[in-house]
Amino acid sequence: MNVAAATAAMPAETGRGRRALQLLLRYGVLIGVGLLMLYPLLWMVGASFKPNREIFDTIGFWPHSPTLEGYREGWRTGTEHTFGTYLANTFKIIVPKVIVTVISSVLVAYGFARFRIPGRRILFALLIATVLLPKSVLLIPQYLMFRELGWLDTFLPLYVPAAFATEGFFVFMIVQFMRGCPVEMEEAAVIDGCNSLQTLVYVVVPVILPAIISVALFQFMWSMNDFLQPLIYLSSVEKYPVSLALKLAIDVTEATSWNQVLAMSTIAVLPSIVLFYAAQKYFVEGITVGSVKG
Amino acid sequence: MYENRVAGVAYVLPFIFGLAAFTLFPFVASLLLSFSDYQLQDPIDAAAFVGAENYSAMFADGTFRKSLGVTFLYVFVTVPLKLAFALFIAWVLNFRLRGIGFFRTAYYLPSILGGSVAIAVVWRYVFAGDGLVNQAFELFGAEPVNWLGEPGYAMFSIVLLRLWQFGSAMVIFLAGLQAIPEDLYEAARLDGARGPRIFVSITLPLLTPIIFFNFIMQVVQAFQEFNGPYVITGGGPLKATYLLPLMIYEETFKYFNVGYASALSWLLFVIVALFTAIAFWTSRYWVFYAQERDEEKRGEEK
Repeated sequence: MNVAAATAAMPAETGRGRRALQLLLRYGVLIGVGLLMLYPLLWMVGASFKPNREIFDTIGFWPHSPTLEGYREGWRTGTEHTFGTYLANTFKIIVPKVIVTVISSVLVAYGFARFRIPGRRILFALLIATVLLPKSVLLIPQYLMFRELGWLDTFLPLYVPAAFATEGFFVFMIVQFMRGCPVEMEEAAVIDGCNSLQTLVYVVVPVILPAIISVALFQFMWSMNDFLQPLIYLSSVEKYPVSLALKLAIDVTEATSWNQVLAMSTIAVLPSIVLFYAAQKYFVEGITVGSVKG
Repeated sequence: MYENRVAGVAYVLPFIFGLAAFTLFPFVASLLLSFSDYQLQDPIDAAAFVGAENYSAMFADGTFRKSLGVTFLYVFVTVPLKLAFALFIAWVLNFRLRGIGFFRTAYYLPSILGGSVAIAVVWRYVFAGDGLVNQAFELFGAEPVNWLGEPGYAMFSIVLLRLWQFGSAMVIFLAGLQAIPEDLYEAARLDGARGPRIFVSITLPLLTPIIFFNFIMQVVQAFQEFNGPYVITGGGPLKATYLLPLMIYEETFKYFNVGYASALSWLLFVIVALFTAIAFWTSRYWVFYAQERDEEKRGEEK
């Protein structure tokens, strides 16, 4: 495990050959592991363009007789709704969820980072505790609560809690980010007559925009992947998001139509992949701000 | 910065409400439910107090013992392996290589997608009888393996799905590695330290806060794994991948035993809390903070 340190430790004049060999080793490991990591994804995309009989015949990902059948048939789904309905449902859950998450997290983080609040330390400790709390201990009472409210089989239980900064991780992320920002601009704004809310909107938000984008992206991804919550709260198929529709598809079409399921899986991960490549630096900043700088 | 307490409280009010309504209340409610015989289909006031019956029932429940066992197996295998692998790859990447950004992205992508049902579906096909893995085995002349049909192999497939998502831990390790000042390495070299020594005496101690953070996050997440086993194996075969969250889900929504499921979820909570507490308690003996002395003073003032 110590090739790097050893290489770095070697005085420059010792064998160039050895250094080159070590570089080669490192690239070998990186490329080898990378291929293994990405192959299942490549295979998924490739197989989604294959006819069914080809999928389990070959290890290669490149389709020999490419077809759009998987997409055409898969989009129709085995239900009375098209896959478009499920995609639309997903976004009907995610868009409000991301918006209320961002607003509530920013407000609460601002309160924690810039105000003297009675019981601040205890509240902040509780915030951290909610991050570590296994959510399954809350699942049943929350379900009963929403049942008593008559919210079952609606999207409400899926995003209303997010409006109350229930994802402590995001508040923590923004607080950490705000702590690293100088307060002079905000003080200047106050002297110029801004109240604290105006200061937040016009001065703080532009400065912490990278953190806000990180929060929005993470919430988007997590909600895209969320399966358990829709599974317990939604019962009518017409309200299913993509995650439930896919599970339904493998249960129903088990025997034959792999290319359809894989085509829809590809569509399901496509928004996440596109967003991830477009905004990867925010992901990296987002997860490192809480741990390394913290 | 602001002295205005009322405004400050107003900003954190959503959190206080959310904490009370969606965390503390359900938290206490599930404890109370765990001492009741409540059934999901009954009206809520039909719940009757049964003492610790649900907890004592666990000891007699073979399914529970199996589930607890495979949950520990899953956590104890995935967490150390994932952390070690994440640290190893981060360390390979942290060598002023060209293309580091590309590799970081490529390795991180599975962490973003890995929790989704779509990937679980792919996993199911990859490990199917005539799936990708067995085809590769065939290519090398090895016997095909019944990945999802044999208890041990099924667990292995689920474990592999989690290991595949090592990228988020790796990115955090990488940031930690890059934060280690180069002059520390140089000083060690001047003192005659070589590779392994430098790694053990400089890199590892300075990384302990990151290892601590990653360890806790990974333990908490691993104990809550649901999507993978639910979609890929359905908890089988022979309950070999029937992790506790799966059992809690089925006890509640399949068998309607809310009381028993609540007791299970509280047990899961206590287990996670114990792990976290042990990690925090022991952290002062193995976690090294570079600015410890400055922080101590500030800490006392707080």
